[in-house]
Amino acid sequence: MELQCPMPQLDFEVITLGHGSGGLLTNKLLETGVFDLLKNEYLDQHHDGATFTLQGPLAFSTDSYVVSPIFFPGGNIGELAVNGTVNDLAMCGAIPRYLSLAFIIEEGLMMQDFWKILVSIKFAAERAGVQIVTGDTKVVERGKGDKIFINTSGIGTLHTKAQISKSRVQVGDRILISGNIAAHGIAILSLRQGLQFDSEIQSDTVNLNHTVARLLDRFGEKIHLLHDPTRGGVATVLNEMARDTRLGVEIWQKQLPVAEDVYGACELLGLDPLYVANEGIFMAFVAPEVADAALEMLRADENGAQAAIIGEVVEAHPKQVILHSSIGGKRVVNMPLGEQLPRIC
Amino acid sequence: MKYVSEYRDADMVAQYLEEIRQTVTRPWAIMEVCGGQTHSLVKNGILNMLPPEVRMIHGPGCPVCVTPLNLIDKAVYLAEEKGVILCSYGDMIRVPGSKRSLLESKARGADVRILYSPLEAVKIAQENPDREVVFFAVGFETTAPANALSVIHAQRAGVPNYSILASHVLVPPAIEAVMNDPDSNIQGFLAAGHVCTIMGIDEYYPLVDRYEIPIVVTGFEPVDLAQGILMTIRQLEKGEHQLENQYSRVVRPEGNPEAQKVIQQVFTIADREWRGIGVIPMSGYEVRPEYVAYDANIKFNVNIEKVAESDECIAGLVLKGIKKPQECPQFGRGCTPQMPLGAPMVSSEGACAAYYHFSQAMEEVSA
Repeated sequence: MELQCPMPQLDFEVITLGHGSGGLLTNKLLETGVFDLLKNEYLDQHHDGATFTLQGPLAFSTDSYVVSPIFFPGGNIGELAVNGTVNDLAMCGAIPRYLSLAFIIEEGLMMQDFWKILVSIKFAAERAGVQIVTGDTKVVERGKGDKIFINTSGIGTLHTKAQISKSRVQVGDRILISGNIAAHGIAILSLRQGLQFDSEIQSDTVNLNHTVARLLDRFGEKIHLLHDPTRGGVATVLNEMARDTRLGVEIWQKQLPVAEDVYGACELLGLDPLYVANEGIFMAFVAPEVADAALEMLRADENGAQAAIIGEVVEAHPKQVILHSSIGGKRVVNMPLGEQLPRIC
Repeated sequence: MKYVSEYRDADMVAQYLEEIRQTVTRPWAIMEVCGGQTHSLVKNGILNMLPPEVRMIHGPGCPVCVTPLNLIDKAVYLAEEKGVILCSYGDMIRVPGSKRSLLESKARGADVRILYSPLEAVKIAQENPDREVVFFAVGFETTAPANALSVIHAQRAGVPNYSILASHVLVPPAIEAVMNDPDSNIQGFLAAGHVCTIMGIDEYYPLVDRYEIPIVVTGFEPVDLAQGILMTIRQLEKGEHQLENQYSRVVRPEGNPEAQKVIQQVFTIADREWRGIGVIPMSGYEVRPEYVAYDANIKFNVNIEKVAESDECIAGLVLKGIKKPQECPQFGRGCTPQMPLGAPMVSSEGACAAYYHFSQAMEEVSA
């Protein structure tokens, strides 16, 4: 279901350079649109920044969103920008609290599209329980951007039981994944390539902070490391972990959860789902004694129905990720070089 | 994923591998011709599951790898100097030319686009009537029908600003070149299933007889490959040489006559240079004179000076199966997918890249 808010009556249909000038037009855009929609006590002050007090250790993260196309099956750039930074904070073991929101808009963006993006930002923030407390809007000339770029930064307070760090990963840790892999990347790619599949593959973009908080409530320091496999996919996360900890990783192809339509699309496009981007799943490296209970808990969670234990951390072959293929073979899973390029045949 | 998943069945693969172990009595060297097969063998870890007597040698069937340096330079020139929209299959754009790859050209501002089908390129030409659109038509017999069709389509639809830079190569002459090399020690071949889907299997009978080698037309899934290897080993152990078709669920003996007709309409067989190997007589397609208006080679009359390949790269020996990728002194040192010296390190179907990506450390791992 698409959540909607009626767009206010405006005397302009497209965003022009003037809307980023800081003058009257900027005010008009902000007053009639952004401020009303994202209303909260901090934003209502219309000041240069937000002032607030937070207790205890904090996590701070930032990310820029440049996805093209800006609307895709399962979401748009707006909710992606909220969920992405919320999830980055959650992966630090934090409860996300406040976000900043900055737009770089290419002149000519339809106001209607901007509104749709704003509305989805509003609902994504509500779902995640975060407030947007400061922001910025710039407009660049046509050709100097790609419709709209968004940057969000976020601050969160660390979960009291969280002890998330690469240094805590140990031999024997089980590697859990919270859901099906590769959906987001394939949803985007299928639009870019103009490919049509029998079923529409949806991006998995979603906020994971509540799911992570529940895991931390129950398992606390037994959760050693959390990571969301966005760009570069699962293979990149595993390789970075192995490289930085000087430990080995073994994963089982049979255990990797991939939706059938996504798998089919990967086959067709000549892509390996291990390297395809995700936006709504995370990986957890957990102590072996809680792995099964954590899996059970994840599977009962709204964001974890397809969760699986996909592998474990080992002492052998340090810094290397080995995949046990479904047919019983073994191979090294390397870092991706760059963007995966489709094969010829 | 019906029609695929059953050919990834672990039990069936295990059964074929067991039969191979029981059948084999002495060392055999078998070449899988197609890069897609190399990719699958390595990706699924099959190489490490074969008994030590069975040595798989990776053949020249990687279209990206055998596209001549000079042609990549031409594509780069057209994109940069002539301002054409240069369209290409994905893995071609990272292959280094003598100066740079198409990917680098793109970063410098050239209009290089990755497509899945040449028909998309014709559409781009229709949408940009004031620009020239060139499709980099590489590949074996498999991609030839689609590339030929794009030319026919452009002619019918009256799209004068479309042309192809063709570098099509053929499998049977490549097998001949491998067998004619005095250093070659290949004893049997897995022929490329997809190529035979188009061309049929008749072209392979003369090769079986002339070189007295078994050839088994084989698919790409783990079960296909294990079965294809078993069929080859059985023949070798019995001292037979026959043409067999493992991939009969897809390959009809006569191939796809419609596709062949399209190929013949647009292309004619000609001598062709293979990167790393040299010129092989009558081993590729070039555009027929009737379609000269759609031949980018003629249309732009580009003469790019030929630059010699890096002498540190032993791609030719690797492509003919005389050397394994890791026997190259530059493998993983002076030559990596990030900084490739030669094409087999670029495409995921190239033997060097396949080894680098998937089996780099397997020896340590299995030890």
